[in-house]
Amino acid sequence: MTSPTATETVTTTGVGGSPQRPDGVRKVRGEFAYASDLWMDGMIWGATLRSPHPFARIRSIDVSQALAVAGVHAVLTADDVPGENRYGLELADQPVLADDTVRYQGEPVALIAADHPEIARQAAKRVRVNYDVWEPVTDARAALGRPTWNMLHDTAAPATKISRQSAHLHPKGNLVRHLKLRKGDPEPTADVVVVGEYEVGMQDQAFLGPESGLAVPAADGGVDLFVATQWLHADQRQMCSALRLPPEKVRLTLSGVGGAFGGREDLSMHVHASLLALHTGKPVKMVYNREESFFGHVHRHPASMRFEHGADRDGRLAYVKAEIYLDGGAYASSTPAVVGNAGTMGIGPYDVDNVAVDAWGVYTNNPPCGAMRGFGSVQAAFAHEAQMDKLAAELGMDPVELRCRNAMREGSTAPTGQLIDSPAPVEELLRRVQALPMPVDRSGELDLRAMPGGVSNTTHGEGVVRGVGYAVAYKNVGFSEGFDDFSTARVRLEIVGGEPVATVHTAAAEVGQGLETVEQQIARTELGVERVVVQAKDTQVGSAGSSSASRQTYVTGGAVKAACEAVRASLFVLVTGPTDLRLEGGQVVSASEGVVSSLAELLGDEIIEDTVQWRHRPTFPVDPDTGQGVAHVQWAFSAHRAVVDVDTELGLVKVVELACVQDVGKALNPPAVVGQIQGGTAQGMGLALMEEIVVADGKIRNPSFTDYLIPTILDMPPMQIEVLEYADPHAPYGLRGVGEPPTISSGPAVVAAIRAATGLPLTRVPVRPEHLTGM
Amino acid sequence: MRVNLTVNGVAMQADDVWEGESLLYVLRERLALPGSKNACEQGECGSCSVYLDGEVVCACLVAAGQAQGRSVRTVEGLADGERLDPVQQAFLDAGAVQCGFCTPGLIVMVHDLLQRNPQPSDPEIREALAGNLCRCTGYEKILDAVRQAAEVKAT
Ligand code: FES
Ligand code: FES
Repeated sequence: MTSPTATETVTTTGVGGSPQRPDGVRKVRGEFAYASDLWMDGMIWGATLRSPHPFARIRSIDVSQALAVAGVHAVLTADDVPGENRYGLELADQPVLADDTVRYQGEPVALIAADHPEIARQAAKRVRVNYDVWEPVTDARAALGRPTWNMLHDTAAPATKISRQSAHLHPKGNLVRHLKLRKGDPEPTADVVVVGEYEVGMQDQAFLGPESGLAVPAADGGVDLFVATQWLHADQRQMCSALRLPPEKVRLTLSGVGGAFGGREDLSMHVHASLLALHTGKPVKMVYNREESFFGHVHRHPASMRFEHGADRDGRLAYVKAEIYLDGGAYASSTPAVVGNAGTMGIGPYDVDNVAVDAWGVYTNNPPCGAMRGFGSVQAAFAHEAQMDKLAAELGMDPVELRCRNAMREGSTAPTGQLIDSPAPVEELLRRVQALPMPVDRSGELDLRAMPGGVSNTTHGEGVVRGVGYAVAYKNVGFSEGFDDFSTARVRLEIVGGEPVATVHTAAAEVGQGLETVEQQIARTELGVERVVVQAKDTQVGSAGSSSASRQTYVTGGAVKAACEAVRASLFVLVTGPTDLRLEGGQVVSASEGVVSSLAELLGDEIIEDTVQWRHRPTFPVDPDTGQGVAHVQWAFSAHRAVVDVDTELGLVKVVELACVQDVGKALNPPAVVGQIQGGTAQGMGLALMEEIVVADGKIRNPSFTDYLIPTILDMPPMQIEVLEYADPHAPYGLRGVGEPPTISSGPAVVAAIRAATGLPLTRVPVRPEHLTGM
Repeated sequence: MRVNLTVNGVAMQADDVWEGESLLYVLRERLALPGSKNACEQGECGSCSVYLDGEVVCACLVAAGQAQGRSVRTVEGLADGERLDPVQQAFLDAGAVQCGFCTPGLIVMVHDLLQRNPQPSDPEIREALAGNLCRCTGYEKILDAVRQAAEVKAT
């Protein structure tokens, strides 16, 4: 079979350098094995039958016709789940296969294994499911406001069209989490008050590599799963429970991952393929197509928000009040943590004495929502940044100046009461992004390709107005609110063929961001060796936590660094004499005496290996009544400027340029950092202008790349990027997480620019042409 | 059915091909050439771009039977042994590869673009690559890669 192999490159570049990624050559040659590329002799294909209804009771399932199709090996339903038929990242509330109730359109109901993917799909159509269809609950506020009518997950649900037996999981009803935050004066006053209501549509991660994997039944009754994921050990925990197998019999290996962005934090085909493999005794491959992918992972929570900002005449914020509703859809996924982020950081990176925020995460029959890059902060940023512009206009003040007057800085107190105890250069980011040169105005030359509408030839400049907008944002790095957030690294040092070689083994998912490169760089710097092998990511080493929350370079990077330090300490024990030692260029060097020994001489045949579990500073849960507490370990900040041209007659927008300044503490790999900022910026712009899963009556209307549009190379403008490095003294190398902030600040800057161009309030994203033309 | 075709200069044969199968499926699942990618399988992303008799097509939109007797060149057939094609090298050097799922399709597309237009302007590059989605990079480094490849090829 094809499977991921250990990767190795030889370079001289450590922390702060820009070595090539170890998977790069295979990726450009088309030889890198993604999850959908896996293949094994005798393997068969799995397919999923999904509910066409957002809310229904299953009366019966008849699989006999499907089983009779030639080439079909198995058809499985909820009855075939050997363990707990409930899983979830934070709350185990989601069925592996629907038992008596389906709560969203696309919920898995049955599984088919067959010789060919098409046979499996055709057989799926022959599974007869008899549904009682109910009216779905589709509005987050209604779901809370009318709890007796809407109780999706409540035994009590006594309403007309909803059966009493329908829902029985969450006795607390449709509220997943309410975060209540209160800081300062409960009844503050202000000279100037602005109020606004805002909405954010449902965004999709739209990673290009579809959900896929290969499950191989093992002789010990267990299963080996090769899969594209973000967190092998969280998958393993949930799989063990559903399969009723101990962890040593559920072994996972990361296959090539075609992007993630939060959408692979929950299980997709993991348990399904494993069930089929264990049932048939054959290797089972599952690959979602693009349509199924839209149903196969969680999305970004849509939000409706109401903000009130009060300030004095000089623009000093007196207070901010916010109500944030996040539609979590049918199952919890990571909704509680998304609510935590939206609540604790909902007013943006500003220093405000009086704050009152309520954030709610709610169950509905809409598609389940969970992690996506920016995680709760993206939604809030559209509101808090729109409010800052609105307040600036009310005060007749420059919007950047207003932000700077209220900017959070080192020593500020966050709305949670937590001290900001590392650099927070919010003002500097804003001043710098404002000072970057403006794009050249080319409106004199007629190039259709630079016009809104492009070569569709919709305008030659008439009706086109330019606007400039700014936004700033921040994001917590790592898991917050008391989560035990750790990573494990095993590092080995040995002599191979006369040369020192370090081997790094972690379970941290390389999803494209370049983590393997960073692992190599750290080992090179800490051990002074050229050759670093990064072993395949699997569950044979302890958990690394998730490749999410901008945390892996910090936490797994920290673990690799700590494991290297442990190896180094064991190595120095072998040295007799000087104690002022370091490793450099394959040699042990003493500060006072120079080269002491080469690693080859010192180590000989000895192998030094250490495994270290590494944690960042602890965080703590917030107070349930006030939201006060030391909830976060680190924040990362970015600011954007957007320049847009808007064709006001047709409502078409051309983003002319995006500029970003971001503080990354320390850039471990500068080009990779810039790549993260560019890609994150694109996703934020996508949400501002075009990306929305359109859901009507609980059903997705656009599950394809024909109808769900992500930015193309024609949509993306040139970007100016400036990276600052103000070390965080608490973090390894002073680094800050990088991946998420640009996704948070780019979208609000784009909308601000369109507002500046058109004068329209624009309270909903994505901004559609009809919002601009008033049609 | 049986399909005979030449892939990367090698005569190949796929047996038991079902009518509805695409060229992409045959390459990936029957001929052990999974380099061409399957991001959408409906002609919207360009990740499956291959040369078919010298023209770049979306392999997911070509029925397997249509490839009978024809010549296909995929991303796996661009390098000269160990030596990468300048376009592949430029994607590496420019940092245009993150997850890399878009990369094979883009590399084939750029390979074709530079044959037709060795010195494309930025707007021309953008137009040529408008059908190739990338979710990771924001395209800036892809533009860099194309400019670098053009430069290398010119010297
Ligand atoms: S897979 Fe062929 S165009 Fe997307
Ligand atoms: S690098 Fe991931 S889609 Fe382009």
